[in-house]
Amino acid sequence: MSSTIFPVLKRDLLLAYRNSTDIVISLFFFIVVVALIPISLNETESTLPRLAPGLVWIAALLSSILSLHRLFAEDHADGSLDLLLSSSSVYQCVLAKIAAHWLVTGLPLTLISPVIGLAYNLHGEQLSTLFISLLVGTPVLSCIGAIGAAMTIGLRSGSSLIALIVLPLNIPVMVYGSAAVRASINSPDNVMTYLLLLTAMLIIALVFAPLATAAALKISND
Amino acid sequence: MSFNWFKYSSPASFYGISHSIIKAASIIAVILCLLGLYWGFAKTPNILTDQKEYYRILFVHVPVAWMSMWLYITLVFWAVIGLIFNTRLSYMMAAATAPTGALFAFLTIWTGAFWGKTSWGVWWDWDPRMTSMLILLFIYIGYIALQNSITDTRRADRASALLALVGVICIPVIYLSINCPDPYQCAALHQQSSLKKIESNILIAMFIMLFATWAYSFAVITHRLRSIILEREKRTQWAQDISKDMT
Repeated sequence: MSSTIFPVLKRDLLLAYRNSTDIVISLFFFIVVVALIPISLNETESTLPRLAPGLVWIAALLSSILSLHRLFAEDHADGSLDLLLSSSSVYQCVLAKIAAHWLVTGLPLTLISPVIGLAYNLHGEQLSTLFISLLVGTPVLSCIGAIGAAMTIGLRSGSSLIALIVLPLNIPVMVYGSAAVRASINSPDNVMTYLLLLTAMLIIALVFAPLATAAALKISND
Repeated sequence: MSFNWFKYSSPASFYGISHSIIKAASIIAVILCLLGLYWGFAKTPNILTDQKEYYRILFVHVPVAWMSMWLYITLVFWAVIGLIFNTRLSYMMAAATAPTGALFAFLTIWTGAFWGKTSWGVWWDWDPRMTSMLILLFIYIGYIALQNSITDTRRADRASALLALVGVICIPVIYLSINCPDPYQCAALHQQSSLKKIESNILIAMFIMLFATWAYSFAVITHRLRSIILEREKRTQWAQDISKDMT
């Protein structure tokens, strides 16, 4: 099993490294969105923490969707998708591609989130909850997003169509993710509930999303 | 006795009986709608005192809400049948169902806003049921958008069928997540289901209207299906003959 995952993962990460503007773009998109909102709302220091959970999570969701259309597009264009699909372990290949997408978009954003949290006047426990919720939640966004990306390969309206398809399906992740951070501000006892629910979603998504993505890839690449 | 289950799964033989289905379903829909509205306006008690007649929007709101959910289930049913047996007509059924389902989801939100304004004083509130209906509308729109963006019919059918299937798994999760993000604060404007407590005449009117919307969906979806069949089978001789007769 690992013999398929790692070569694909390595290849995708290498491609991302050689093309590192892509990583930087989606990370800065996240930062710019998160920074724009306090400017436009003109909030005071005391109200900012209340806004932080929802805003950071919306920005993470948008940033994850922004980079989705590249997930399979290049492989489709240069024909390597055919190779990937003809292998006996499509599931592992897809899982590796999803992992690579998360390492390139979700992880940087998660790593920088404590700094964003500081700017939103969060502290201590709240920062760590924000970090953990993104760490567990953003892989789910990549998983669900991959299904949408696989369905829309090679379509003219691809990138906006992905958003239309994937955003409603991502609502639970966003709800529980932001609820965890909100709970860390209001009722710290409940934080664990949400983090566990997010983890449950991650497990379910890791099992089923590669299946659905592989099916969608086969349909799109017929 | 042998019965050919797949006889009407061929577009040509289905097209033959579709006209009588539309006719029967439309007549039933009109009769039931008139009966249900009459029952709803004349036979039901004025349960809320001080002339709060606005509750009668229920006779549209509830049937339409139920149908929008039921149509999504039938859509997924046909999508799955299509994926399993690879029958063209099943995909066409699913594609024909989506616009009516989306329309009903929209009507639910619209009539709900009237109820909300008169009863709760707001047009819209982020109550769990309202939000999940809105998300159902989004999922319908996503399905229709995906179906229409792919020019290759076969790929469009199968990709949107898969999307519908993924959606049906997500809907309960979405509903639960917005219903109870905080286990300690489950506030909602909608009450728990009160079917058992409702006065029987109101219930009768509601169910007559439910069957009216059901018959309406049957007629409209079959009608849309006929157009889809003719469009997709335009290369076949029988479809060309029909098109010639029409013009």
